[in-house]
Amino acid sequence: MYRAEAENIIVVKDLVKKFGSFIANDHLSFEVKKGEIFGFLGANGAGKTTAIKILCGLSYPTSGKLNVGGFDIYKEREKIKKNIGYMSQKFSLYDDLTVFENIRFYAGIYGLRKKEIEERTKVLMEKLDMKEARDKLIRSIPLGWKQKLAFSVAIIHNPKIVFLDEPTGGVDPVTRRQFWDMIFEASRNGITVFVTTHYMDEAEYCDRVSIMVDGKIAALDTPENLKNHYAAVSMNEVFLKLARAKVN
Amino acid sequence: MFSIQVKHLTKQFATVKALDDISFNVGHGELFGFIGPDGAGKTTLFRILTTLLVPDEGTATVNSLDVVKDYRKIRQDIGYMPGKFSLYSDLSVEENLKFYATVFGTTVEENYDLIKDIYSQIEPFKKRKAGKLSGGMKQKLALSCALIHKPSVLILDEPTTGVDAVSRLEFWEMLKRLKESGITIVVATPYMDEASLCDRVALIQNGKIMTISTPSEVIKTYPYILYSVKSDDIYSLLKDLRLFPQVHSVFAFGQSAHVSFKDEHAAGEVLHKYLQAKGHSDVKVNPTQATIEDCFMELMNVK
Repeated sequence: MYRAEAENIIVVKDLVKKFGSFIANDHLSFEVKKGEIFGFLGANGAGKTTAIKILCGLSYPTSGKLNVGGFDIYKEREKIKKNIGYMSQKFSLYDDLTVFENIRFYAGIYGLRKKEIEERTKVLMEKLDMKEARDKLIRSIPLGWKQKLAFSVAIIHNPKIVFLDEPTGGVDPVTRRQFWDMIFEASRNGITVFVTTHYMDEAEYCDRVSIMVDGKIAALDTPENLKNHYAAVSMNEVFLKLARAKVN
Repeated sequence: MFSIQVKHLTKQFATVKALDDISFNVGHGELFGFIGPDGAGKTTLFRILTTLLVPDEGTATVNSLDVVKDYRKIRQDIGYMPGKFSLYSDLSVEENLKFYATVFGTTVEENYDLIKDIYSQIEPFKKRKAGKLSGGMKQKLALSCALIHKPSVLILDEPTTGVDAVSRLEFWEMLKRLKESGITIVVATPYMDEASLCDRVALIQNGKIMTISTPSEVIKTYPYILYSVKSDDIYSLLKDLRLFPQVHSVFAFGQSAHVSFKDEHAAGEVLHKYLQAKGHSDVKVNPTQATIEDCFMELMNVK
């Protein structure tokens, strides 16, 4: 639920990112509240991935002020990385390692101690009902399981924010909803979720949604307000109204 | 005669039976969709139809040609878009198109009319390397390359996964126009709204076909009473609904939940009171028509 008076966990002011003369992010300004499920939408090529990479400390802005999890993007980049989780459709877990090896690897990278890793692995396997798959290679388990596991691994260290880049691409409708149950739970436990998706019904699950068009934020509000403002029945309609004229 | 005919097809990998006695037909000019979870067997089936894999049992024909004996002839007459982008990332848009035309023994100019609507949208970027295109543009290029030799059958494996909603809409508008020009199209998709656009849809799960019918027939066969329920907080709504005694299924649908009951006697009012007692505000409970997604999720959950 969006509450205007809640604490800010991400603050972006006039973010600009240029590649040569091409302006990928054109003066983006927005805030994300602690515990919010924030949907970051836009057509292919609108500039979403560029912005996410900057927020995760993976790329430098051309100019602008950014504060992620309480840390400054220019001076405290490494602290940001320690306090966030990340999961994308394109890369999440290592195909040639087992389920258990992946958990141990990521938990180790996030700085968890051996005992913590053992405990959390056990809990995780129970929760995901994947105890039999513990020693199976990731490449041999179904996509839906991979995505649920990848999400759990991305938050294994209880980060302040988790960035999800199209986490449910190609996944069947039942598994997608199970995935979103996990997102809801994480959000209720205080983890801020920053998610991009091409499934417009998923946009409706978000507390607020921003829509990027041609490097700028064209709209930012709750799904309810956006639908009212654009006289639309669904987020799909809102998106089409905003992005249709502009997409290549 | 059918455009595609599949009889008792079975394919076994080391530990998995990917296809288990599959049979179906696709008519000429039909837009035929496959829906199913990841690992259901869609890609394996498509690889057999495009002569890239040999079945263990059963037969399949495309344009009356056998996929095993006549594979060379079939390859000249089909277009294929695999699940992952598989054009040459380091060649430009233009170079990719020319390459595919040449490989199929034709020229870009010869069948340009067929791809004009699609290609004209990416033509301004024709010098750009294919790897640098956005998701939607990549799909348009891949579709152009799959059509450049004027195939009579087009096989598309999840062509719109990872593509934004606008480009998806445009892609399906293109497919409709292609269908109108007589091309048979077989497409796998995870998007239920796309399933509704097909002439017929097959649900495939664990290597078996569960059902084949038109989208409207699928909706008619939904067996339960369905309600659309809303309150101020979707997550706690879902949790409380799942605890409600006679409930058969609860699924999130955007800002509402779809709740189904097996019982003939509608439970709408009781549900309303139950949710209010649980502390929900702005409760709305309304009977609703099942969508194709409700139907497929019900079929997928039946075990």
